[in-house]
Amino acid sequence: MAERELKYSQAISEAHVQSLERDPSVFLMGVGIADPTGLFGTTLEARKKFGNARVFDTPMSENTLTGVGVGAAMCGMRPVLIHARNDFLLLTMDQIVNHAAKWSYMAGGKLKVPFLIRAIIGRGWGQAAQHSQSLQALFAHIPGLQVIMPATPYDAKGMILQAMESDMTTVCIEHRWLYEKTGPVPEKHYTVPFGKGRLVKEGKDVTIVAVSHMALEALPALEELSKADISAELIDPRSLRPLDEDMILTSVKKTGRLLVVDTGWKTCGISAEIAALAAEKALRYLKEPPVRLTLADVPTPCSPVLEALYYPTPKDIAAAAEKLVKGTSHADTGDSSKPLREKEFTGPF
Amino acid sequence: MTPEAAKKIYSALVRCRLFEDKIAELYPQKEMKCPTHLSTGQEAAASGVCAALRKDDRVFSTHRCHSHIVAKGGDFKALMAELYGKATGCSKGKGGSMHFLEPEIGMMGSSAIVGGTVPLAVGSALSSVMQGKDNVTVAFFGDGGLEQGSFHESMSFASLKKLPILFVAENNDMATCTHLDVRQPYPELYKHAESYAMPGVRTDGTRAETVYEAAVKAVARARKGQGPSFIEVVCYRWKEHVGPNTDFHLGHRTKEELESWMAKDPVKLFGEMAEKKKLLSGADQKKIQADVTEQIDEAVAFAKSSPFPEPAAMYQDM
Repeated sequence: MAERELKYSQAISEAHVQSLERDPSVFLMGVGIADPTGLFGTTLEARKKFGNARVFDTPMSENTLTGVGVGAAMCGMRPVLIHARNDFLLLTMDQIVNHAAKWSYMAGGKLKVPFLIRAIIGRGWGQAAQHSQSLQALFAHIPGLQVIMPATPYDAKGMILQAMESDMTTVCIEHRWLYEKTGPVPEKHYTVPFGKGRLVKEGKDVTIVAVSHMALEALPALEELSKADISAELIDPRSLRPLDEDMILTSVKKTGRLLVVDTGWKTCGISAEIAALAAEKALRYLKEPPVRLTLADVPTPCSPVLEALYYPTPKDIAAAAEKLVKGTSHADTGDSSKPLREKEFTGPF
Repeated sequence: MTPEAAKKIYSALVRCRLFEDKIAELYPQKEMKCPTHLSTGQEAAASGVCAALRKDDRVFSTHRCHSHIVAKGGDFKALMAELYGKATGCSKGKGGSMHFLEPEIGMMGSSAIVGGTVPLAVGSALSSVMQGKDNVTVAFFGDGGLEQGSFHESMSFASLKKLPILFVAENNDMATCTHLDVRQPYPELYKHAESYAMPGVRTDGTRAETVYEAAVKAVARARKGQGPSFIEVVCYRWKEHVGPNTDFHLGHRTKEELESWMAKDPVKLFGEMAEKKKLLSGADQKKIQADVTEQIDEAVAFAKSSPFPEPAAMYQDM
């Protein structure tokens, strides 16, 4: 029998429903999560099955609701707080960084904060500077937090269910363009451990570490590279804190070349962390300096022309990898270079 | 007020006062290596409110948290050891003075971010409702806490959901050295409650019985599922913002002002009232003072003789 396929959004929905069924301490809250759209469908089923008592809308008081989650978590609940955009997490930095991440340590381990915070990265249709940020590096910097970025429906369900079993606070950052993607998802309850990367494809010439949606953007790049006779190894780290250092270092030691592709910015970003990891622990194996492919270091522009320049594309990934291996690239990275979903995603949100 | 309640309140007042006095006495030895914000003079808020609570009721506090945990029944040994940075401290030497907690008695922690624990207390109250329990939660904060968005957001959400919580503002008129009138346009803090559709009351922080009476009402309301209440406690900080000394020499307040408040000592006033109303005799009060003094001396000996954390402890308790 063929494996059941679900959309990424359906996989998240199923994870919520299963955790609500299994554990009476689980509840979901967030701005607009109980409205008719159910946060891009991820909370509709849960709301239908469990009602207002366990799946509820909140005031637009994001910082306080984060603190409410922290307080409820230390009193025996397992809250899930959901934001329609990453950008709104910035309103909640005090409660995430000063409270959720610190409480167990400041309490000498006497209290735990088992809390899942989900937030979505927007992209395309001119969402501009405050609806498309990709802020994983801010959170991955903080001891006391777990930061995950599942890229497949299988990982979305398994990692959310893992977060629901963890006794720490987890920030789950999801790319909006993953929501309609389908993939095999078992019906049963399962977990995907944090700190273990996903080896998407083995290769020998270059290691590509691609975060979140960039792991999908890298797939067509692999085809291009294989035409140029380059065997690339693709790693989706899926958990940024903890990071699967072993998987990345083993690969870099094998290929001697590292390309990091992130959905965020370059300066002080995740790509800097991964490049530093290779420099610190595998420098003698590197044949070339690590290369980072990220957003342009500017706020997200609105106009489609500028937006197209802002995001790295599969061709950019292929070109960067080819250059890393061969010293030059034949790929065309000019105007014809298009992101993966540009034609499919026509907004408005 | 019953004699039992009077004894509870007086014991708490004395425990709070003598604990802070001992810290002020020993702090200059420089063995307590953490910023310490003493509650001396403000004991009536914690003592009056905690006397109205059960053991399973919860409290959350601020950087000035000593009285809240002591009045809730905190263990002097664990607290003193924490100040000395010892492994036997209430958070194993990881929190210090500003982060006292003892979950076993419902003291869930303290934040050094002004207004930081107010939302946490709301989360605690929400958890009680979701778990079908009838315990209540208290958020203690200072007048500065009202300047944070978290206070207003918390009042709003708690009222919306009719949560079993008491918002208790200790109004000592000072944020470090800055007076209330240069920070807030509206000096009658308790009136904020009206905007959030909950009862608000102002109490006298030199008269613990006024705080207690307000807390008893608010706790009963919360336990019946009727929602939150706001209690303002007008009080005065005897010591400097942080540390064991006075601060009138800085010029932001006068020695005369301090002395006028010290003349209205909440511990002394409650003791006199309790004796006069035959709730607690002078002899009983002396016995309480002697017992607490002995317990605190034992706690200091325990703290000083306790081991420091092992280096491996650094990476534990994440």
